[in-house]
Amino acid sequence: MPQTALILLIPLLPLLGFLILGLFSRRISGPLSSGIATSFIALSAGLAILLAHGYFFEWGSDAAGFRQIRALDIPWLIFDRDLRIDMGALVDPISVMMLLVVSVVSLMVHVYSSSYLKGEARIPVYYAFLGLFTFSMMGLVLSANLFQIYIFWELVGVSSFLLIGYYYQKPSAVAAAKKAFIVTRFADLGFLIGILVLGYEARSLDFLTLIERLTAVDDPDFQALIAPSFLGCSAITWGLALVFMGGMGKSAMFPLHIWLPDAMEGPTPVSALIHAATMVVAGVFLLARLFPVYAIAAPDILNWITGIGVFSAMFAAIIATTQTDIKRVLAYSTMSQIGFMMFSLGVSGQGGEAGLGYMASQFHLFTHAFFKALLFLGAGSVIHAVHSNEMVDMGGLRKQLPVTHLTFLIACLAIAGIPPFSGFFSKEEILMAASQRSPWVFGAALFTSGLTAFYMFRLYFRIFWNRPAGEGHGHGEGGAAMVLPLTILAAATVLSGFIPFGHFVTSDLKPLETHLHPAFSIAPVMIAVLGILLAARFHKNASDRAERFAASLRGLYTAAKHRFYIDEVYLFITRRILFNGIGRPAAWFDRQVVDGLINGAGTATLALSHKIRGLQSGKVQQYALIFLVAVILLALAAISRWT
Amino acid sequence: MEDIMDLIYAMRAELMVTAILFLLLILKLGRDMAHDRLLSIVQLLLLVSAAVSFLPETDGRYFGGMFLTGGLAGFQKGVLATAVWLISLLFSDWLKKSAHMTEFLVLMLSSLVGMYFMISAGHLLMFYLSLELATIPVAAIAAFDLGRRSSSEGAMKLILSSGLSSGVPLFGISLMYGATGTLEFSVLSQRLDGSGLQITAFVFLLSAFAFKLSVVPYHLWTADVYEGSPLPVTAYLSVVSKGAVAFVFTSLMYRIFAPLQHIWYDMVVVLSVATMVVGNLFALRQDVLKRFLAFSSIAQMGFILVAVSGQSVASVASVTFFITVYMFSNLAAFGVAAVLEGKGWQRIPDLKGLSKSNPILAWTMALGLFSLAGIPPAAGFFGKLFLIGAGAEKGNWVFITIAGLNMIVSLFYYLKVVRAMFMDAPGETAGPAYVPASVRFGLIVCAAGIILTGVLPWVYRDISSLIP
Repeated sequence: MPQTALILLIPLLPLLGFLILGLFSRRISGPLSSGIATSFIALSAGLAILLAHGYFFEWGSDAAGFRQIRALDIPWLIFDRDLRIDMGALVDPISVMMLLVVSVVSLMVHVYSSSYLKGEARIPVYYAFLGLFTFSMMGLVLSANLFQIYIFWELVGVSSFLLIGYYYQKPSAVAAAKKAFIVTRFADLGFLIGILVLGYEARSLDFLTLIERLTAVDDPDFQALIAPSFLGCSAITWGLALVFMGGMGKSAMFPLHIWLPDAMEGPTPVSALIHAATMVVAGVFLLARLFPVYAIAAPDILNWITGIGVFSAMFAAIIATTQTDIKRVLAYSTMSQIGFMMFSLGVSGQGGEAGLGYMASQFHLFTHAFFKALLFLGAGSVIHAVHSNEMVDMGGLRKQLPVTHLTFLIACLAIAGIPPFSGFFSKEEILMAASQRSPWVFGAALFTSGLTAFYMFRLYFRIFWNRPAGEGHGHGEGGAAMVLPLTILAAATVLSGFIPFGHFVTSDLKPLETHLHPAFSIAPVMIAVLGILLAARFHKNASDRAERFAASLRGLYTAAKHRFYIDEVYLFITRRILFNGIGRPAAWFDRQVVDGLINGAGTATLALSHKIRGLQSGKVQQYALIFLVAVILLALAAISRWT
Repeated sequence: MEDIMDLIYAMRAELMVTAILFLLLILKLGRDMAHDRLLSIVQLLLLVSAAVSFLPETDGRYFGGMFLTGGLAGFQKGVLATAVWLISLLFSDWLKKSAHMTEFLVLMLSSLVGMYFMISAGHLLMFYLSLELATIPVAAIAAFDLGRRSSSEGAMKLILSSGLSSGVPLFGISLMYGATGTLEFSVLSQRLDGSGLQITAFVFLLSAFAFKLSVVPYHLWTADVYEGSPLPVTAYLSVVSKGAVAFVFTSLMYRIFAPLQHIWYDMVVVLSVATMVVGNLFALRQDVLKRFLAFSSIAQMGFILVAVSGQSVASVASVTFFITVYMFSNLAAFGVAAVLEGKGWQRIPDLKGLSKSNPILAWTMALGLFSLAGIPPAAGFFGKLFLIGAGAEKGNWVFITIAGLNMIVSLFYYLKVVRAMFMDAPGETAGPAYVPASVRFGLIVCAAGIILTGVLPWVYRDISSLIP
């Protein structure tokens, strides 16, 4: 297939950039390294656009809808006749769309970083890590089987760890990098077990085979597989739930979200790429990849996913209204928006009109990537100008940062769901899908979109209006390298909503005709406008209205400001319960037994200097005693049990 | 004549190493040869012997069933020879400076011959003798840091504890003979029926393996010996010696003691959990690089027991594969540690900022540690995956989950070292370290080994196909 080379080049170019910069990082200057990395990723983005155009408009579809093409298939590990792991590249609408998103946002971030990081140390290393991340993320979306996706999943985690810890002199950055890695790694343990369970039960790890086997409703084998076997659920259900746990970790769903706000310690462009547009949606992507299986073999889990998604969306939105660090507001807003994508998948069905939620979720993923990256890059530009993340240090910046102001406003309107910006279209579809399924989900989603408009415009007014925090401090906008990506992303934010997304990405690969329902749109838009007006009243001008309002809701406000003490709960569990229950005894063992031995060795050495008799310090006898006791106990236990 | 040729081919690994051993002794008698040249010759010969061991082989019985050969045994011997060859490369600096290099090599190679015979043993007596041959020379080289008391003390403790650990199994062997009337493996396995006497004999015999593998609670000697011995000996003990015993242990449990499987399954599970947990606790608090590497190897042995508990072809294959990977990974880390020890850096905090002062060393070390921690795509990940997969065949999910959780705990201390190298600012004494050519070559081989054994799909498959 002639397209194979094209498809493989897209991820391999950033990898090449990583290798070059990684090997020669000490011999290349900062500007040169950014030039090299940017040209590789630009080429890659160009190819991705070419691929998307070719796939969606020329060779990707036939009469039955879009084709799922295996562009590459290398036999790799063969366990037995059924179970094998092949390295492959799976090309279908979602992977092509994700390639486009990853490469374009990555390109914007590359360009933006060249100005944002000017004067920092280790710039070639930074670009090398960016290249590694881009490669891993593209590998993730192209993966053709669960095992391959797991490998890239971990690689993405590692490169994110490296990038969050880029300011390695800052202890908070190092701690955040560690936290992100460990929390997601914990989730990945579930993922891995899920993969093993699925592989064992369904006898395949390949996505297409899995989907084929686990959606064959009439097949007796399938019926046997989904029969309850363990704690009232089938093994397949357990496997799928565990796989989803991996997705929850990466996509920062409650209660595994605690790493995301801390991850904002990384450089802002990194947050834009990893923690807004690409890596954090990996969970949504994974779910979409296996969606037919979830929808047909384990519909119970979809209900759970809906619950977790709705709860995370609302929970994060409430916290976002109280945070004062602008990047943390954006982090919680990301979590909230991913919650939207999650529950949208949760309420969806497979195929046809029922698959509206699936389409809406992918549509929102697509538009969100652009406007959230834009918000982060805008925030970066603000931070660059005032050298602070805190809202109190900002205010009245609209004259000083005109382009940032305008683009930020566009992104805020988009995320709030105001027509005709892109967020309006995708959120409309999500709300529509939710309303068809359950009034509760719809109500919660509606309330959360009102909150979204409120906290985004709180952010906007506090940065660009309100009382100027100080005269003449800071400087204006960065060079063209910072303004250009903002402008391009703003254009994408305005335009991407008009894409007839249902023609391209659907659950059953066939086009789905969607219509705007002006009557349906009135309520959400009105609620968003209400949120904006409320934010304007509280925060447009300096006043104590917001404080008074917060005071009247004291308990809730304090709890939300402290992020509902989730971190403290984790600390309590890890410090108190794990520490006292496991750590203390371990420490006791350590002190009494291990230290005893080490100290014994030290004493023995001293004694040896006096008398050779010191060798017989009693310790070797002690070893011998333990040895014999262990042997005898084992023998007695075995004999009493088995004879 | 043909019989003799056949025998020579079957015993080629043993004969090669013995020949090197005698060559060294003869050269030692004559005029003094420069250490440099002598070592290069030995390295070359070791490489040849490793290569020869890997040659294909058919199953054979020699000396009335005392000595067995087969494809798997050949592969395992080749792995051990490769490890010894890598040790001779990675620690060449230390060896050349030692006043008694020849003696050191002779002792190490004697122990290697002992391990070869142990792998090929077809009779419990043969097994016992070769186990002794593999152990006693190591006690002598553990005392090789003649200037340091802790070295002599460690060696003394090793020989005393080894005495016990060979006395108890010897008693077990006599009981076994009393209970079954035979010591030959092929006959023995047919006569095992799980009587009380047999169980006692088996547990006594098991203790010898547990001791050599540092399985908790038989691990107590490890602390003193690893601490006191010179770095090459620690590396030898924790890679070659453990590897050989793990090979033999897994095969014996699978082939010979299969009839007692229902009895030893619980024992192995208990020992495995204790070893993983205590080994991790040990390693967590270590600050000295050598001790850290040595103690983390205790926990790794716990994972081997996970595979052993599965009692299938996959157990043997996964342990063989894992030891191969573990050899490359651990030796890469030990090799880097040796270079750093030359600079006087022995503690983990001394490694701060190593990625800036010595990027190649830091990356090699990181690769080794990632592989030991089991992070994909390093080969160690597949090693652990196969081990746990082999153990999972029994469907004891609690056990498998404990193993998985221990993998996460171990991640913490392996990453601690990586963080020191890549994220902490360099200390005052930082500066590039001198890496001799042979060490560099050894490190490259280790790194290539880590990557290739992970990436090449046929390694594991070929190992599996060797098992009858």
